Amino acid sequence: MNTIQAIAIVVLKEMIRRKDFYVLFVITALITLLMGSINIFNDQSIAGYLKELALLLIWVSSLVMAITTTARQLHAEKENRTIFPLLAKPVSRAQLLIGKFFGCWIACGLALFVFYLFLGLVAASREHTLEIGSYVVAMLLHWGALAVVIGMALLGSIIFAAPSSNGTICFVVAVAILTLERHLNTVALHTGGIVGTITYAIYYITPRLDWAFDVREFLVFHNPMPVFAVWFQAILFYGAYTAVLLLVAWLLFRRRALNT
Amino acid sequence: MISIVAPILKTENLRVEFRSKEVGGGIKVALTGLNLEVFPGETFGFLGPNGAGKTTTMNVLLGFVNATSGSAHLFGQNVREPIARQRIGYLPEQTYYYKFLTAEELLRFYARIFNIPKAEREKRIDEVLKLVELDHARKRQIKTYSKGMQQRVGLAQALINNPDLLILDEPTSGLDPIGRMKVREIIQRLKNEGKTVFFSSHELGEVETICDRVAILHQGELKREGRVADIVREFNCDLEQAFLRIIGYTPQGTPMEIPTQSHAA
Repeated sequence: MNTIQAIAIVVLKEMIRRKDFYVLFVITALITLLMGSINIFNDQSIAGYLKELALLLIWVSSLVMAITTTARQLHAEKENRTIFPLLAKPVSRAQLLIGKFFGCWIACGLALFVFYLFLGLVAASREHTLEIGSYVVAMLLHWGALAVVIGMALLGSIIFAAPSSNGTICFVVAVAILTLERHLNTVALHTGGIVGTITYAIYYITPRLDWAFDVREFLVFHNPMPVFAVWFQAILFYGAYTAVLLLVAWLLFRRRALNT
Repeated sequence: MISIVAPILKTENLRVEFRSKEVGGGIKVALTGLNLEVFPGETFGFLGPNGAGKTTTMNVLLGFVNATSGSAHLFGQNVREPIARQRIGYLPEQTYYYKFLTAEELLRFYARIFNIPKAEREKRIDEVLKLVELDHARKRQIKTYSKGMQQRVGLAQALINNPDLLILDEPTSGLDPIGRMKVREIIQRLKNEGKTVFFSSHELGEVETICDRVAILHQGELKREGRVADIVREFNCDLEQAFLRIIGYTPQGTPMEIPTQSHAA
């Protein structure tokens, strides 16, 4: 546990000391603030649309942040050769992967916390109400979904040779899941046959990132959030899915030769 | 009375093959039938021309590469187990560390990996930073260090756990004469403290001065293993000349006659 924690702390320190992390952060904050300050035709309902846009922006920013930071982790270790002195110590490859995962996931969690807090405050200044519970649930589900995305990027960093190709593929897959997955069962039902079966298989295999994504609607339209049992099960599902991704990553990585 | 001391580094019939990345490239044998034993307190030089298999051997010992056949053990533990690396320190040929960290932070990170208790951790960091003469730069990020300073940070991280065995891959390579002398002094001091040092080097004068025993590798095969003094006496020349004769090198390209090895050390 000490080893995993030590590796995760180094990942966090790296992110804190890198400037590109702040650029994305500041841009998202500025756009959210700008949207919050707009007042078109004195229309009070405009706040809902602005909130929806700001949430979409937070989703895009968090995906970019999670994927780019995770995709480069193992590549940077190999490229900078820091992996050699590290693995020459009593560190297993599983500990390295888990440490990297937690480092990236905690960093994304901290960023999400600031994003949601900022959005909540901007929205509250316009709507004169702040549903803290809804924001917490939305943020937790979002963070859970990011765990799956980070697991995917870590697995990709073992499969793909370059961080850029890994990042691009992960981003395309994540966006495809977010936008298309909810329609896959309908497509499968209408198609039938082998194509339908394959479509159903994809529907059941892919992680349901859309569950977290759709929670935006609850925030925008002030609908009551799903009950604890429902969103907690969704988080458990994300946890289990991430564990499977990390297991596959470890199986591929554990016997891979690292030549100095 | 004969005292039996167990080797702390042992390889038995170690063979490593690599599949060529080129289409139809076949299999390349990097090491074949390597048997080595290093005993506590020894300074052991691991020699060979480029491509001889020295780094491959070290990669197997450190668990970076799996042997095709045979076995390797450190302190009686199979090198495939991370626990085998609990009592070793490793300095790679090219030292690259997390440049965004300070020397102090880097050492604290590695000390945590070894589960060194907090109070002892800080004491140990102070000790190794003083030993490698980097105490004054401990709070500076590593990216601001010169190559010599980075090599000394490398040595500091290799010593953080007060290891019983040090594995050094060409520790003085690429350093200026002063940097080389400083690293050599540190190795000498560790030797005097009774640490076991296993190191590869192309600086044969340095090896002759520091090492008790050497192993000479060529094209993946162990050509000679023995005490430095015995090899020098046997060939009646310095270690560099003996090395060249053992690997069969002559400037004219005509192979030299090599004395047969009379005993295993």
